[in-house]
Amino acid sequence: MDKRDVSLTVNGRVYSARVETRVHLADFLRIEAGLTGTHLGCEHGVCGACTVLLDGEAVRSCLMLAVQANNRSVTTVEGLAGDGDLHPIQQAFRDNHGLQCGFCTPGMVMSLAAYLDEDPDPDEAGIREAISGNICRCTGYQGIVAAGIQAAAALRGEE
Amino acid sequence: MTRYVGANVLRSEDPRLLTGRGRYIDDISLAGMAHAAFVRAEHAHAAIKSIDVETARSLPGVQTVMTLDDLGEQYADKPMVQPYPSPALQQDIRLHPLAGDEVCFVGQPIAVVVADSRHAAEDAAAAVHVDYEPLPAIVDCRRALDTDAPLAHLGTESNHVGRLSVGFGDIDDAFQGAPHTFSEEFLQHRGGCHAMECRGVVALDDPDGDGLTVYSSTQAPYLVRAMLARYLEEDESRLRVIAPDVGGGFGPKAGVYPEEIVIPIAARVLGRPVKWVEDRREHFIATNQQGDQFWTLSVAAEADGTIRGVRGRVTCDNGAFTNYGALLGVTSLNPLPGPYAIPALDVELDMVFTNTPSKSPVRGAGRPNAAYAMERMIEAVARGLQLDPADVRARNFVTADQFPYQPGHKTGHGQPITYDSGDFHGCLEKVKEVADYDSFKSRQLAARETGRYLGIGVSSYIEDTGMGPYEAATVRVQPSGKVQVQSGLASQGQGHATVFSQVVADQLGVDFDDVVYQSADTGKFPLGVGTVASRTVVAASTAMHEAAIAVRDKAIALAAHLLEAAEDDLQIEDGMVSVKGDPGTGVTLGELARTLTPFNTGVVPEGFSPGLEATSHNVTRGAATASGSHIAEVEVDIQTGAVTLLEYSIAHDCGRMLNPQLVEGQVLGGVVHGVGNALFERMHYDDAGQPLSVNYGEYYLPLAAEMPHFNISHLETLSPLNPLGVKGAGEGGTIPAANAIIAAIENALAPFDVVISDYPVDPQRICQLLDESAARS
Amino acid sequence: MKPGPFTYHDPSTVDELVALLASLEDAKLLAGGQSLMPMLNLRLAQPDHVIDLNTVTGLEGIERTATGVRVGAMTRQATLMSDDDLTAVMPVMKEALHWVGHFQTRSRGTIGGSISHLDPAAELPAVALLHDAILTLEGPDGSRTVPIAEWPIAYMIPNLAEDEVLTSIEFSGWPATHGYAFEEFARRYGDFAIVAVGCLLAVEDGLIVRAAVAIAGSQPTPSRLADVEKALVGQPATAETFQDVAQIAKVVEAMSDSYVNGAYRQRLAGVLVERALTRAAARTRDAN
Repeated sequence: MDKRDVSLTVNGRVYSARVETRVHLADFLRIEAGLTGTHLGCEHGVCGACTVLLDGEAVRSCLMLAVQANNRSVTTVEGLAGDGDLHPIQQAFRDNHGLQCGFCTPGMVMSLAAYLDEDPDPDEAGIREAISGNICRCTGYQGIVAAGIQAAAALRGEE
Repeated sequence: MTRYVGANVLRSEDPRLLTGRGRYIDDISLAGMAHAAFVRAEHAHAAIKSIDVETARSLPGVQTVMTLDDLGEQYADKPMVQPYPSPALQQDIRLHPLAGDEVCFVGQPIAVVVADSRHAAEDAAAAVHVDYEPLPAIVDCRRALDTDAPLAHLGTESNHVGRLSVGFGDIDDAFQGAPHTFSEEFLQHRGGCHAMECRGVVALDDPDGDGLTVYSSTQAPYLVRAMLARYLEEDESRLRVIAPDVGGGFGPKAGVYPEEIVIPIAARVLGRPVKWVEDRREHFIATNQQGDQFWTLSVAAEADGTIRGVRGRVTCDNGAFTNYGALLGVTSLNPLPGPYAIPALDVELDMVFTNTPSKSPVRGAGRPNAAYAMERMIEAVARGLQLDPADVRARNFVTADQFPYQPGHKTGHGQPITYDSGDFHGCLEKVKEVADYDSFKSRQLAARETGRYLGIGVSSYIEDTGMGPYEAATVRVQPSGKVQVQSGLASQGQGHATVFSQVVADQLGVDFDDVVYQSADTGKFPLGVGTVASRTVVAASTAMHEAAIAVRDKAIALAAHLLEAAEDDLQIEDGMVSVKGDPGTGVTLGELARTLTPFNTGVVPEGFSPGLEATSHNVTRGAATASGSHIAEVEVDIQTGAVTLLEYSIAHDCGRMLNPQLVEGQVLGGVVHGVGNALFERMHYDDAGQPLSVNYGEYYLPLAAEMPHFNISHLETLSPLNPLGVKGAGEGGTIPAANAIIAAIENALAPFDVVISDYPVDPQRICQLLDESAARS
Repeated sequence: MKPGPFTYHDPSTVDELVALLASLEDAKLLAGGQSLMPMLNLRLAQPDHVIDLNTVTGLEGIERTATGVRVGAMTRQATLMSDDDLTAVMPVMKEALHWVGHFQTRSRGTIGGSISHLDPAAELPAVALLHDAILTLEGPDGSRTVPIAEWPIAYMIPNLAEDEVLTSIEFSGWPATHGYAFEEFARRYGDFAIVAVGCLLAVEDGLIVRAAVAIAGSQPTPSRLADVEKALVGQPATAETFQDVAQIAKVVEAMSDSYVNGAYRQRLAGVLVERALTRAAARTRDAN
């Protein structure tokens, strides 16, 4: 068994473990760090449920080996709100019924977090493109798009 | 008292789910838990000559490898229990928990490996050597009843699963005297479940305690418990089934699967908890899904478009096993003839075996198939008689004064199918208004002048919602004053906790936040049926409502006794029972509850039973009929065949909406699934039955960028069948969507005389139809 | 779906990397991971060794050269998209990148990974073809260069030995007034291309003086449409010209698979060539 010591910062806290090198980052987060908010929907990089922020950039955590995140900084959905109850994106999802079963939601929220950082004033088409790397089977996306618009406004300080 | 019912109360489920604190099956971690992986059939049809597990057993981290032989002698020839028995099943061939000497579809489970990690379990599964003797496979359901068709199962004489039929009126007369008849043949292919969360099971055995506990990502924990108890010959009281947070169900998670039997047995054998989580590839090949239905249908009509009758035949792919009974076939026929008052109907459906994954209801079940078939007939009449398709619908709709309306056929239980209420014309008028239907023709002509091809399509439907047989609820006021509500349902995102808390909070005059809702656990509540077929709000809200009323009545009676007041003078508000007009002096619900649950030094007041609680069982008889009309507007690029959805409008009637925002979510989610069926989702197999499209790069689920903004309006015709007047909303979005889009494409391509019929339709197919049209002219 | 076991290697320098490649059998190079990781997760690839290119210094970067721009093989697609200098030299790159996966995959996906993986539908090899890229490889015997035209050998097999690694790509720039366009047909936004066409045009006094047209998705390897290019040079940059050459594109042989047949791909090739040239020509006029 090929194992390595992996140490990474997740949501501001350091997690270290010795893991098989074939373990992907999503499994490290879920199992070693006990942060099960990041979900596995396909493990081939299309559904987006596993999206997290790596040093602020959105990545598919099922497509990275845990060892590749050694000494890096990851933000998961559990860490988005910081000290508050709900981050504006999360609040917007709640207000606009942007989730039903909640399984795709962490990936959606983290993708939008990264996207709105880059493009703080998107239109509806821009939000739809931004979430096209995240599959939702429940909602039909409309509530998610509305949440994205509201969140963008809130983050711009307009609400 | 409607403070909450009818309001867009924000979901109580959300804060937890939004912050990653959901607890789905793969989030469950128990001390000593081991991990399972399955060895699955690699051939669509094969005899198993031998299974060599020795190498696998010896690999590091492996705790056990089990085949059917290892499960136990009692299971050697014991197929799984039929959860949905039906007299229509002439051949009821069900899966064994693990394959014996034959496999009948790629993905069928053959052996289970339990190891220290999923990685190790998969390593060992790859080391299990199965010696197959491939057998001829039947893949195309149209060929399944040919005399020389390969047999899906050894030892059978035919691939015929069974035959269903619906009919009423004099069909021969309808066609003989008809000035016009039109016929169509079409394929309907609906794809898989594709909840974003795959299936999964965690089992642990506590033989000296309460027995087996099974967590399963299921829509129907009580069904699983019942079937598992019968299969294992275990008492239900020694078997607890819990559905944790479930990431989508859509139908296929409402069956009982081999893994739900094998994993508990493995946990029992090993004496430790065992977890199995389905991966996406397994979901493609081993979770039930829908597939092909081939329809041949004819309609007889008068010159003005009035329909005299519809008749035809259907071949319905059942897949390899009948673990889902005949549900798909039944739900494909019973909703005929849809929202139309027609005098005669005669449709026959044959279910046939193929060597592909078993077919089962997926969001809408067979209702989208029935709706599409009927809508195709409407389109054929409109096209053939050069009438506006919306007008043909309006001409044939059941009218508002005809309710309750009985088309003429019966359910399998012998009950006449009845539409309880509705306003079909109202929905159509509303959606035409929202979609600006009447001005479309001029927009279409103007666009054509610039070389653009726009089209519009209408689609109407009914849905029999709220099916029985029953659901139940207990409402209990706690000593703290908070209210505990329990039911036998399970949620996969429908917002049960929120909606049912609204109903109870209104009746009991408490704060929404003071209601605690529990469900999906056979250990907490004794009985339930399951979350399917748009039934939960109807079936359960009545039980919630009535239990809450019973608690309310008891609270008032006790308060009247304690306050020495007349019951009519009392009210409940903000959790306190007080004299009307004198809110300061009263008694809280908590106090009342404590009064009824004293300990040794107390006494229960004369004339009262202990506990401030009530249980209500709601037996449902008859369906609450939801309905609606959709209009889709598309643009077709005739150079590439690409279809762009420009607008989509919905007028929807699900009776009283308990939470309008949640209803909209259900409808819109359903519509997008229907868009997926119309344009994107197809499972591809090769001629040998090997599934080809087993990843999300090749199997297309609908994504956000291709969806337009949906315009949704609501009508509310209250159901007379339940006190709240509610109707189901879970699948109404999906049911009519395919025809709205297919008809819109045909309308766009009308200058080329293109008729599409089959779905899904892709750009390549559209170009092919355009080429064929060009060749004809 | 978990990967099979492998030994992981994280070399720090190109020398270490080359030494590893030479000494290991059955090794796969891990670049952005967006193509290899799915294959590992699905056990479609089960190498004994995985060599991480992300730990090797010196493989990232964008620098102007005398004739164009050189890009390190491990440069992220997201970086390429946001680099204004690069966009100024070869604007077709940014337009093509809009079609490459999703922004979440472009955070990790690399240009070298895409060009080495050589998926028939990949956009970046087509961009490299348009700009007559020169690829630099390192191996045990030192470096060698390969012109992009000689890079695709067969379906997903590049001109790269087992002990070699792609380290940089040098793109040849076009005059600032050139027009460009990248057109793609896919089922959904972000999907693999069924057919994609990129083109560059130089126009003087209304006549096309130079043309590069590349196609992906149509054949087992991406290619330049030489017959189309020849037919364009000397012709006026007009709709009629583009319609005519589209007919040439339509008869170029195209492959069939379980989902799409060759005839449809041919049809798309014609449509996309015409649309790409039309947009490229409009951009040329703007620049003039």
